[in-house]
Amino acid sequence: MKELRISENGCQNGCQKHSCGLCCTKIKNFGVTLGNTVILEDINLHIHCGELTAIIGPNGAGKSTLIKALLGELPHTGTLEYVQAQKGAFQAPVIGYVPQNLNLDSTSPTSVLDLFLACNSRFPAWLIKRKKEVEKVKEKLAAVKAQHLIDRRLGALSGGELQRVLLALALDPLPDMLLLDEPVSGIDQNGMELFYQTVSSLRRDYDLTIILVSHDLDMVRRYADRIVLLNRTVLKVGSPDEVLQSQAFYDTFSLRWQKQNNTEGDKD
Amino acid sequence: MDFWYKLLEILPFEWAKAGQMVFMKNALLAIILLTPIFALLGTMVVNNSMSFFSDALGHGAFTGVAIGGLLGFVKPLSSAIIFSVVFAFLIALIKHKSKMAGDTVIGVFSSTAVALGIFLATLGGKNFAKLNAYLVGDILSITTKEIGLLAVVLLIVIVFWFLVFNRLLIVSVNPSLAGSRGIHTFWYEVIFSCALAVIVTVSMSWIGLLVLNSFLVLPAASARNIARNQRQYHFLTVAFSVFAGIAGLIMSYYIETATGSTIVIILAIIFFITYGLRKKFA
Repeated sequence: MKELRISENGCQNGCQKHSCGLCCTKIKNFGVTLGNTVILEDINLHIHCGELTAIIGPNGAGKSTLIKALLGELPHTGTLEYVQAQKGAFQAPVIGYVPQNLNLDSTSPTSVLDLFLACNSRFPAWLIKRKKEVEKVKEKLAAVKAQHLIDRRLGALSGGELQRVLLALALDPLPDMLLLDEPVSGIDQNGMELFYQTVSSLRRDYDLTIILVSHDLDMVRRYADRIVLLNRTVLKVGSPDEVLQSQAFYDTFSLRWQKQNNTEGDKD
Repeated sequence: MDFWYKLLEILPFEWAKAGQMVFMKNALLAIILLTPIFALLGTMVVNNSMSFFSDALGHGAFTGVAIGGLLGFVKPLSSAIIFSVVFAFLIALIKHKSKMAGDTVIGVFSSTAVALGIFLATLGGKNFAKLNAYLVGDILSITTKEIGLLAVVLLIVIVFWFLVFNRLLIVSVNPSLAGSRGIHTFWYEVIFSCALAVIVTVSMSWIGLLVLNSFLVLPAASARNIARNQRQYHFLTVAFSVFAGIAGLIMSYYIETATGSTIVIILAIIFFITYGLRKKFA
């Protein structure tokens, strides 16, 4: 990623992100209960910026719920604290969010440009497009190698393209914390690789706190700095090797892998 | 208004001559003001899959009229507006609070509203027939004062669309994404629903409840077939809407039909034409 320039916005948001490395996010005693069902409890995490933290876990482990709670969309117990060297602790970091998918009507006449203008321009996206703003959007898309998609409709993008576009959107304005909810399926291997490479260089360039919900253990092993194994609560935190070779990981995933192997065996 | 009448004299129609058919000229102006209002709001109705919702709003407005009649208002418009705004807010609130499917919530409210409206309107053995006007509507009945009101409403809607459209679009693309950018999705839904409720109620007596929803849905649905971004979408929606409005009014004059439904039939024809063309623009 050679030239993803820090936007003025990013600096107004209060930090020299590319030089500090002294910020961190503390998730304390986090819990989510919906109705009578405890979905998450006793989540305590300390996440450093400049690190790519991947959250893995079986289906229904509460991964997406954790993201939604961090976004403030679901009521939760406990606190989310964002600490920065210059400013001390404060509770409302600027959050960039890349949703799992948009659930968008695929015929919707909303272009990539429309989405960017709607998010970052005071001027209504339905009237006219201004050259200066279009140039800005192109720059931002270039950072994720998606500038050629600017006039495409959102519904006409492939899974990987959409994800990169949403990533560029989440980086504008530059957030303190980036939450990525990776799609379960629908992205080809190349797209996946490109996405992980982009995210991976972002964390170095900007010292962002990145939390990624992932379903692809292979990608996680190669790109994540730390892995959180989640199943209703945090089962294991550590480097990829530590977590992927732990007993907890084996207990959580072995059954599923065995099943997968069996069905593959049946096919043969 | 005199300027408008003068302007129309250049048209080659019998009714456009000086001193002729004032109601027709008024209706034409009303259509030109009314159709863009519906077109603009309709773009978002279709974006958000709210066509069932807007239909229900009409039912709520109808109940409002019945309540107004019961309370003894001569022109029950104000009570109808209040009732349908409350109605819209309640639907949005319950949709937000409960996990019930949106269309179930709307269905519950919509059928209750119609039943309540008919119940109140016929209470004490009263005749329902006087409410028929609201079902079919009559654009030719519009007065110059009401046209003034429409012009103001159009202006308000355009300003409204300037101020809130971007936010509404993000909410319609993905509520969580909107939330992460600090947008209070619920309140934007409420604002839009209430605006819609007011417009539907105000125009009910001119267009008629039975076909009113088509004014919202059809132009946007047609434009959606061939538009590729929001600018095209808005331009086409307004263009289709105004064109069908004017053409429908003039046709209904010559073949002597109800104006509202004539316009809707033209809109439907436009829809099917664009539907046939959609692959060329995909």
